[in-house]
Amino acid sequence: MMKKRWQRRHLIEAFVKGLMIVSFLIVAAGLGEILWTILVQGLPALNWAMVTQVPQGGFYLGKGGGVLNAILGSLYLAGGGTLLALIFSLPIALYLETYLGDSDWGRYVRLSLDVLWGIPTIVYGVFGFIIMLAIGLRASLLAGIVVLSLVELPIMVRAMDEVIRRMPVDLEQAALALGSTKLEVAVRVVTRQMLPGIITAILLAFGRGIGDAASVLFTAGYTDRIPTSLMQPTASLPLAVFFQLGTPYPIVQQRGYASALILTIIVLIISISSRWISSHLNKYTVK
Amino acid sequence: MDTHIRVRNLNAFYGKQQALKDVNIEIPRKQVTVIMGPSGCGKSTLLKTLNRFLELTDDTKISGEVLVDEQDIYARDVDVTEVRKRVGLLAQRPSPLPMSIYENVAYGMHIHQMRNDRVSYKQAVKHYLEIAGLWDEVGKRLHDPATSLSIGQQQRLCLARGLAVEPEIILGDEPTSALDPISAQNVEKRLLDLKEHYTIVIVTHTLRQAKRLADYVIYMYLGEVVEAGPAQEVFNNPKHERTRAYLEGQF
Repeated sequence: MMKKRWQRRHLIEAFVKGLMIVSFLIVAAGLGEILWTILVQGLPALNWAMVTQVPQGGFYLGKGGGVLNAILGSLYLAGGGTLLALIFSLPIALYLETYLGDSDWGRYVRLSLDVLWGIPTIVYGVFGFIIMLAIGLRASLLAGIVVLSLVELPIMVRAMDEVIRRMPVDLEQAALALGSTKLEVAVRVVTRQMLPGIITAILLAFGRGIGDAASVLFTAGYTDRIPTSLMQPTASLPLAVFFQLGTPYPIVQQRGYASALILTIIVLIISISSRWISSHLNKYTVK
Repeated sequence: MDTHIRVRNLNAFYGKQQALKDVNIEIPRKQVTVIMGPSGCGKSTLLKTLNRFLELTDDTKISGEVLVDEQDIYARDVDVTEVRKRVGLLAQRPSPLPMSIYENVAYGMHIHQMRNDRVSYKQAVKHYLEIAGLWDEVGKRLHDPATSLSIGQQQRLCLARGLAVEPEIILGDEPTSALDPISAQNVEKRLLDLKEHYTIVIVTHTLRQAKRLADYVIYMYLGEVVEAGPAQEVFNNPKHERTRAYLEGQF
């Protein structure tokens, strides 16, 4: 009586489940292929000099040196851009949720952010470049940071917005019942409750920032030196990958893959460590 | 009767639906007033008008007056955060803030800047946890997350948190309905102790709880106040047929 019979709905379930597994495998295979390629091609060229030295004369022809300029450049650019974007994103996201909510204005702002999210980053690069020409700023770390923060802003705001919208109503009301202003609820309660999600949003934006080549191409420039001030141009890892893969020399191309590997490892380290931090910070989060 | 809250000609709407119809009541000072009635009769709505919580729901409209010590809390020049500081709320389900036990109690005092230094904050936190009957259980782990407490403990924490902003009035929206019997009894006992200093208004749908707690009773039906008066009178000698039917368990 309890024996399984192959009814139509069981078949449908088996089919859809199969479909999900296939979809997962396709994407996993793609990711695996990318990681495999940069590992196999990049590992042989990855050595201590790669991460501790700047390019020496003839580096792009196969001679000695490393990509420390690009590693530090990328960290400066993405770190600065993320910090700048955060300074604006958190207030925007809190304002959106606390004061605009689902009003018409709220929807317009969310729509424009979604559009900005979809704009190719080369457009941000060109836009930044035009502004730089107008005010007489040359390709520099500062310009790169500002443009990257513009690239990251819509992602960060929308990701935070989606997180903050899931704020439990009970919790907000509990704070209001004690006589909090809306601002106090936003800053003291919502931000604390949603901290893990907010950190994820920051991470998402950082990931996009550090991996982007097009927006920094015109604005931050490229140099073999490590920048010592905001007004100097700087190298970045995505462009280092691009330039090295563009040479005809196999050894330099290998270094390109190694640079991509370094970039991946940086993102991995930052992801894991911030997840670790957020899991320690969310001790007080109400589930 | 020493009236603390006076409600005059109060009407409330959710969209087009009228939830309160011309409510006129007086709530006595330093007593437990119980609002009772079948579900959907508007008792929670009435409670929410007393700390201006109804306006947090979209598309609600209110007309009439709610006077606390003869001052209309809906007047234009009234600061809503001050209203909610004076009129505390104990919700149906405890919802601790995403902070430690200590910070939960200190939160309200912080935002209203009610103390000057750390020591007096600590003393105040201890004081209110004692009043809520929670100090013995949490005194040694004040910096644990509030969510690590049991539901019954959380509700008493919410009570301590609410008392810490020094309200005059405590509203309770079925404050024991989510608790187990022993925790519920514990919270009820606290409320009875508190009426010496506070005006307490409780919504409940359990008649037995109403009988245990009430000094003064308001019976509502379909958005209207059917009968209001001292508990003894209403329970023993209801004037209205509907109240009598409710008390006899015909709902």
